Amino acid sequence: MNMAVRMINLTKIFPGVVANDSINFLVEKGEIHGLLGENGAGKTVLMSILYGLYRPDRGQIYIDEKEVNVDNPATAIKLGIGMVHQHFMLVPSLTVAENIILGREPTKNKVLLDMDKILNDIEGFSERYRLKVDPKALVYTLPVGVQQRVEILKALYRGVEILILDEPTSVLTPQEVEELFKAIRALKEQGKTIIFISHKLKEVLAICDRVTVLKRGKVAGTVKAEETSPGKLAEMMVGREVIFTYEKKRVKSEEAVLKVEGLKAINDRKLPALNGVTFEVCKFEILGVAGVEGNGQTELVEVLMGLREATAGRVFVDGTDVTNTVTGERIELGVSYVPEDRRKRGLILDFSVMENLILGKHNKYPFAKGWIRLNFEKASDFAKGLIQEFSIKTPSEDAPARNLSGGTQQRVIVAREFSRKPKLIIASQPTRGLDVGATEYVRKKLVEMRDQGCAVLLISADLDEIWALSDRIAVMYEGEVVAIRDPGKTSELELGLLMAGGKRD
Amino acid sequence: MVELIDVINIGLFAAALRMATPIALASLGGIFSERAGIINIGLEGMMLTGAFTGVMVSYFSGNPWLGVLAAMLVGALLGLLHALLTIKFSGDHIVSGTGINIFAMGFTAYMSQVIWGSRGASVSVRGLQTVSIPLLKDIPIIGDILGSHTPLVYMTLILTVLSYIVLFKTPVGLRIRAVGEHPSAADTAGINVFQIKYLCVMVSGMLAGLGGAFLSLGHLNLFAWGMSGGRGFIALAAMILGRWMPFGAFGASLLFGFSDALQMRLQALGLLPPQIILMIPYILTIAVLAGVVRKAIPPSDYKPYVRE
Amino acid sequence: MIEGIRRVNPEAWHTLREILTKLGLSVRKILPETIAIITAFLIGAIALLITGYPPVEAYSAMISGAFGDVFGIGQTLTQATPIIFTALAFLFAFKSGLFNIGAEGQLLVGAFASALIGISFNNLPVYIHLPLALLAGALAGGFWGFIPAVLKVKLGAHEVITTMMLSYVASNLTSYMVNYPFKAPGWVPQTIVVAPSAELPRILQPTQLSASIIIAVALAWFTDYMLKKTTLGYEVRAVGLNPSAAESSGISVKKGMILALVISGAIAGLGGAGEVLGVHRRFIEGFSPGYGWDGLAVALIGRLHPVGVVFAAILFGALRSGGMVMTRATGVPLDIINMLQALVVILIAAPKLIRYLLKRGGFKW
Repeated sequence: MNMAVRMINLTKIFPGVVANDSINFLVEKGEIHGLLGENGAGKTVLMSILYGLYRPDRGQIYIDEKEVNVDNPATAIKLGIGMVHQHFMLVPSLTVAENIILGREPTKNKVLLDMDKILNDIEGFSERYRLKVDPKALVYTLPVGVQQRVEILKALYRGVEILILDEPTSVLTPQEVEELFKAIRALKEQGKTIIFISHKLKEVLAICDRVTVLKRGKVAGTVKAEETSPGKLAEMMVGREVIFTYEKKRVKSEEAVLKVEGLKAINDRKLPALNGVTFEVCKFEILGVAGVEGNGQTELVEVLMGLREATAGRVFVDGTDVTNTVTGERIELGVSYVPEDRRKRGLILDFSVMENLILGKHNKYPFAKGWIRLNFEKASDFAKGLIQEFSIKTPSEDAPARNLSGGTQQRVIVAREFSRKPKLIIASQPTRGLDVGATEYVRKKLVEMRDQGCAVLLISADLDEIWALSDRIAVMYEGEVVAIRDPGKTSELELGLLMAGGKRD
Repeated sequence: MVELIDVINIGLFAAALRMATPIALASLGGIFSERAGIINIGLEGMMLTGAFTGVMVSYFSGNPWLGVLAAMLVGALLGLLHALLTIKFSGDHIVSGTGINIFAMGFTAYMSQVIWGSRGASVSVRGLQTVSIPLLKDIPIIGDILGSHTPLVYMTLILTVLSYIVLFKTPVGLRIRAVGEHPSAADTAGINVFQIKYLCVMVSGMLAGLGGAFLSLGHLNLFAWGMSGGRGFIALAAMILGRWMPFGAFGASLLFGFSDALQMRLQALGLLPPQIILMIPYILTIAVLAGVVRKAIPPSDYKPYVRE
Repeated sequence: MIEGIRRVNPEAWHTLREILTKLGLSVRKILPETIAIITAFLIGAIALLITGYPPVEAYSAMISGAFGDVFGIGQTLTQATPIIFTALAFLFAFKSGLFNIGAEGQLLVGAFASALIGISFNNLPVYIHLPLALLAGALAGGFWGFIPAVLKVKLGAHEVITTMMLSYVASNLTSYMVNYPFKAPGWVPQTIVVAPSAELPRILQPTQLSASIIIAVALAWFTDYMLKKTTLGYEVRAVGLNPSAAESSGISVKKGMILALVISGAIAGLGGAGEVLGVHRRFIEGFSPGYGWDGLAVALIGRLHPVGVVFAAILFGALRSGGMVMTRATGVPLDIINMLQALVVILIAAPKLIRYLLKRGGFKW
């Protein structure tokens, strides 16, 4: 059988972790092959090797049965391999056309860019593969779904035969996912080979011909999609039965802890991000905010925490108007924050675990009085206590936070924020990038805090997570809350429609 | 009696264009470097070293144009040093640039002493001659301002236009802008990120060196201690004011050149104590940065690019 | 290589290790800086040779000038003193994530302000006049740091350029002051002498070494304490390491930055006051041969560690005091010092560079 891709005995080791362990990965020509595994299983690393971003420590790669040495992306492109990354590799301030031709620019008289040819070529591709774009648009103005099309066009422009898609649906609404699948099938018809990386079982089964499951760097198995089931795949991914639902034992309360009225704000690119957001979160409740990333969720959280200015509207915490006050005041009122980017906003990586655990409390009793001497014994005791209570895997409280794993880092943040016994928790993408064990832990803790009376605002792009945890679901679209639903009285289809701007209340 | 006309006249504007030249060249250099993602604080040192090298080579060879060439070469070498430190050895951009500045101060004064026996000033050398452009110089007013300058002034105008074309109309320019703003995107598109960064930083050094050559060979025909006088920093302000665009930076440089020319004229006329007058360009720079910068977003990602 | 040294002279090795451990350091930790300094001096020696000067004589003149006798040591320490201040100034700002390269200007305005207080009053008791003059220096320097701080925080103006520009402004402003309104009779651009009640006492006769160095060392210790053990230091470091995370936890990044630059400027200003009140007893134009720049290099060599700063400052002070002797003895231009400093800065600026050199050199030794 003529394999488009044959990776034999591939091994890649990073300091402290074996990312890929003797992996044998074969892809037939013209098939859609899924690469499935949980976060951290090694899927992206393996494909990055195929694309020349990493060099393998051991193993061989064969393209069309010829052994090759992919030492950089330029080589990969020459071999017909293209990759659409999870985090787009587009230059925001350049146009769609400029991004597509980058690295392969056509010129007239060898020196100047041939803009006419460029625009013509792009139109051609756009038509052939049903990927509509405006070549002159600046990328940063485009919604995420369109940006993805640009990424795919980029690969096609380079004559890709083997297209690698890394978690392509994580930023799409259910309807956009269907559009993407149509485009993928069109590519298959044109004879292209597709490798579809994902951690989402159902999608992989829906679109792929065959699936290879990775678990902790090793191949757990390769099966035909029609010969397997979600349950069997899940077992291969994790090795045990995974529970996806949570008990919803709930005390009802009408006391609103967080009230938001008509909130407006602009984003960093000076475009409107929030267009009048209104909602409430009550005690003993988890309000899940569903929505495709980029519809204002990030800005909403920043405004709520005082990190971004509200241009109109009000925010009330426990009855107090905190609109446009400083972050410290909200924290004083009992607001805790689990940020979506733990390395950037959640932790100071060069501080020790202990120093991170007292962040925000560092100038208060019993750690200090005002600006003077920090009480290190008290801080150390406090840290040791939290390390135990939250099972934080660290050699000591003095270890720098940088060395901890993603899941452990998130535990530090959770420990710090939840131990404050807050009235309101704002959790933004709290399980992003975590393995199943850590994900379960964080979700469990959120439910625990809710059961103790806390109000929780959960923002997540993972619809499964919203379903599993929320008592009520709010949908955000283009900077507004377009609907609030009871999970028992709605469906994925309806949510999908709302997330895409379909019907609204 | 000093009349206003003694201060503000056509000659002042011609002088403004002259004084804008070194700043404009250095700021063009700054643009190339920053658009590729490397902050070049060392423009001052590269300019000063260029000024010195130009005079030194002119002194030994008798040919000012060789001096100009040497200045550009030395500037490029210093640019290479800065590039090595920041790219290959992941050094901090500002520390590396400052190191180059301190080195330039010491090196130029030291060599001045060695060659001419005085760390204050060198002897006069053959400098660049002014040329007059026929036809242009006969146009009233514009001709008086533009018609008659050393060739470097005209070169600067040409280089500004060229820079714009290169950055925005050629593949190389596109790659530069991509590398500076999103190196991963450029890398995965198959572009050699490091090569582009090295190239741009060396170009920036070369342009700064050229600016320095103008200061010494195109103007005073000698080298004086510290003669760059902070212009390398002012060039950075011009670059920011000009929003990292060649024409914008040139316009901003004209503003600073004007204040420079004005300051010299006021000194010559002895209206105010020299020290007060000397402060004008620096205060202007601060005012410009204060008034302008809030809306200025640099076009680049300054983190060192690491792939593995 | 370390093994080699250890084998050659075990006793010296042990003493060195003991001293270092007492200071909380180790050989491995200071190895990069030591190599940088040695390499810089080697390159300097080559430069001297090429331009026709004898390196061995030059360096030995420098060393004997700096440490050979009481006068030399006194000069070394005197020159080191203002450098400790400017280095601490750069260090403190750096910890909050800001680059204060205008320490020279802050030093100058602080010096002049203290001189002004020193010459303006004649009948104050020393325990009022002296602290007042020192305070004036700190306040002036602090103000000179406040301007770029506010510009940065409120308007986003890059502090590298603004502090640099203010340095030039300070230089011209103080020059104006001592050439016109406050000029003492005579040819030299300087103020008149300060009142005796504003003088910092000399502590090592017959040298110029004044109590300023005591203030400097105390300040170094205090800065270390402040950064490591107080909440202010915690916040400054947090803001410097990760302003986003600091902000999200309620720390005011803007306040932190302003405070850091103001304190930074005040430290440099205090250094200037120390020079005026302790060494020269008046403000003389050009009294600073570039202490601001020395401070930057010293801060980097001292690994941004207050203790390291003191030692590195003494090294640079030795360069300056020894340098003057070297120039007199061999005619080598004083500017070689600037070049040596710059070489050290460049070699230290890139952490991987030393490792690279070690790898290359390790095979050749």
